[in-house]
Amino acid sequence: MKRKLLTGNAAAAWGARLARTDYVPAFPITPQTEIIETIANWVDNGEMDARMVTLDSEHSMITAAGAAATTGVRVFTATSSQGLLYGMEMLYTVAGWRAPFVLVNVSRGLATPITLEPDHNDILAARDSGFLQIHCATCQEVLDSILIAFRLGEDERVRLPVIVNLDGFYLSFTREPVEIPDAEAAGRFVSSYDAGNIPFRASAPVSQAVAAIGGTAYSYFRYETHLAAQNALSVYEEVAGEFTRRFGRTHDAVETYRSDEAEYVFVMIGSFATKAKEAVDRLREAGWSIGLVRPRLLRPFPEEQIRRVLTGKKGIAVIDQNLSMGKGGVLYMELASALHGQANVPPLVSFIGGLGGRDITPEEFYEMASVTRTAAETEEIPPPRLLYTKGEIREVRKLQAIAHAERLELEPEK
Amino acid sequence: MNETKTAFKRMKDLPSTHLLGTGTPMCAGCGGLQAIHEIYDILGEKTVFVNAAGCMTLLSVYPFTPFRGSWLYTSMGSAPAGAQGVRDALDILIQKKRIDSRENLNVVVLTGDGAANGIGMSATSGAIERDLDFIYICYDNEGYGNTGQQYSSATPHAARTATSKGPRGFPGYKKDLFSIWASHKPTYVATVVGAEPVDLARKVEKSKKMKGPRMLIALSPCPTGWDFNPMEAVEIGKLAVRTGVWPLKEYADGKVVHTKIPGRRPPVEEYLKLQGRYAHLFRPDRNETLLREIQARVDAYWDGVE
Ligand SMILES: Cc1ncc(C[n+]2csc(CCOP(=O)(O)OP(=O)(O)O)c2C)c(N)n1
Ligand code: SF4
Ligand SMILES: [Mg+2]
Repeated sequence: MKRKLLTGNAAAAWGARLARTDYVPAFPITPQTEIIETIANWVDNGEMDARMVTLDSEHSMITAAGAAATTGVRVFTATSSQGLLYGMEMLYTVAGWRAPFVLVNVSRGLATPITLEPDHNDILAARDSGFLQIHCATCQEVLDSILIAFRLGEDERVRLPVIVNLDGFYLSFTREPVEIPDAEAAGRFVSSYDAGNIPFRASAPVSQAVAAIGGTAYSYFRYETHLAAQNALSVYEEVAGEFTRRFGRTHDAVETYRSDEAEYVFVMIGSFATKAKEAVDRLREAGWSIGLVRPRLLRPFPEEQIRRVLTGKKGIAVIDQNLSMGKGGVLYMELASALHGQANVPPLVSFIGGLGGRDITPEEFYEMASVTRTAAETEEIPPPRLLYTKGEIREVRKLQAIAHAERLELEPEK
Repeated sequence: MNETKTAFKRMKDLPSTHLLGTGTPMCAGCGGLQAIHEIYDILGEKTVFVNAAGCMTLLSVYPFTPFRGSWLYTSMGSAPAGAQGVRDALDILIQKKRIDSRENLNVVVLTGDGAANGIGMSATSGAIERDLDFIYICYDNEGYGNTGQQYSSATPHAARTATSKGPRGFPGYKKDLFSIWASHKPTYVATVVGAEPVDLARKVEKSKKMKGPRMLIALSPCPTGWDFNPMEAVEIGKLAVRTGVWPLKEYADGKVVHTKIPGRRPPVEEYLKLQGRYAHLFRPDRNETLLREIQARVDAYWDGVE
């Protein structure tokens, strides 16, 4: 075990290396590229015994990843935003192959407009694909989650690919101290890859991913995949528990921070939860009874844990770094459906913010806390709030004015 | 082609038993299925077919398959990438001594012309550029057959399809997939047709012994999409070759060789008039302009060869 300053991307590469990955199909995209560059260097230097292939696209990359995992090798791959969506057809497809591998997604806002900084619309577009999803808030978590993800996905009760998600820039390019497990210990934890009962071998022909015409056979396979994803809830507990015993670090499916006795709770996923923790500390100093709940596992959705930690609270502020156009925040909908019909369900107040890497300031956290308290006290739940300041509107208006003035200048005199 | 090296000199040398099972849902007289039958007999069962969406996807419908070997359906656009994953994984497993090399398989991509010429082109080009060790079989029925024969970029000029029903048929020209492949300098490219089984067998035999990217483009007379009597599928395949519409050729070592140069070529009309997709060229009036254009293009091609 050694301690090093690593970016989230480097931590992801270490995860792949320690998991003894055999095969890395790749395609570059900011802010993920450092992961595949790091792995490429290790492979070239003989530090990692893997084969890396750059495909022509993420669609091909995910196809190759699934095909190789089906054939019987351990596969790691990584992408981001546009790349994840470019490969979307294959995300759904390979999940149905029940071929486990790990894909790191470095979250980045989606076009249009095209941008580089993070939010969660990319990863949430993959929500229903059959991939399991683990969301990280620290660089350490990135490395640890990849090891856990291999074990989870490869478990015979699960057999599904897993996405480990980290936020672009805030984690991908941020250096944090990371404990790198000993290679032997990590190798023992992940153990060797088992292709299961569907590898391609000359002596044992198999047909994989054949058509299933008619709703009966089709539904059977779809339900099987769903049930396998649900099995991953208890398997996750086991695997994360074993990880804690071996490496001393705990990564619960749902992280709670000062929320046990709290009256009010922020709920969010990803690295911005670190900002929420700061806000919780400041608010606590100011006399608030408040905490944070951060689901790490989003698929399968840890409904029981969510219910346990949220029912009985006075109010919940759900902060979504994504926007389902014409509806609102996706995490909010997930929570609402998980809590619906339960006893002592607190009011859920929905906030949208942090799109395209926009900061969420401490003041905004304080404001969200008090809007939530007012909602609880008045029993009137406000509509979803889009976090945006007057200053920001002024800034955009100014840019528009500049663009307008430039155009007038360029236009010939009439 | 060097005749001395081949096991297939005449019809009676062809395999008499067939590997591919019967009872598939393909249409009667399907020229694509005929070609696949003939190719599979020579490739043998140590193959894994990596398939893209198209008519042949319905060969393997749960829980049945006509294949003795393995099968992986991918998507319409990414079969060559699936082949990459399978090939790489087998290589890794053999190299790391996790499986015996006797477990190795020939990785064979199987797609239609729509996938090969269009949506799968990027994945294909990438696979050739990476020198992937695989065989690509494209059964070319000159349209998006599975979805009801809309025109694809392999549809020939003037053909009527579900999306070119006007009086002049398809306004575009068939893409030259053979040359697109050859320009990548792969190991091998050949055109074949099920109706010329000896020529086909020799090419499969030859390509099977090679390594690297290899392509077999099989013209696939399609009774359903081309609108002809299934009984005439073989005749139409033969006519495609005799009239010069479908040149039988191969590319290897940087050179293109025609494997069967038709002597006296009958007019292309002989081929066209058997197919409903060209009926508008003959009825109610003969469209001399289009018929002449089609003939002229075929003549120009062979002028460049002969
Ligand atoms: C991404 C995607 N787009 C469209 C389709 C619908 N589709 C299925 S088969 C097919 C036609 C394929 O044409 P071709 O490759 O020539 O094969 P054929 O059907 O003629 O056998 C199409 C368009 C699909 N399955 N996937
Ligand atoms: S539509 Fe054509 S290619 Fe498809 S199965 Fe029928 S005959 Fe064969
Ligand atoms: Mg076709």
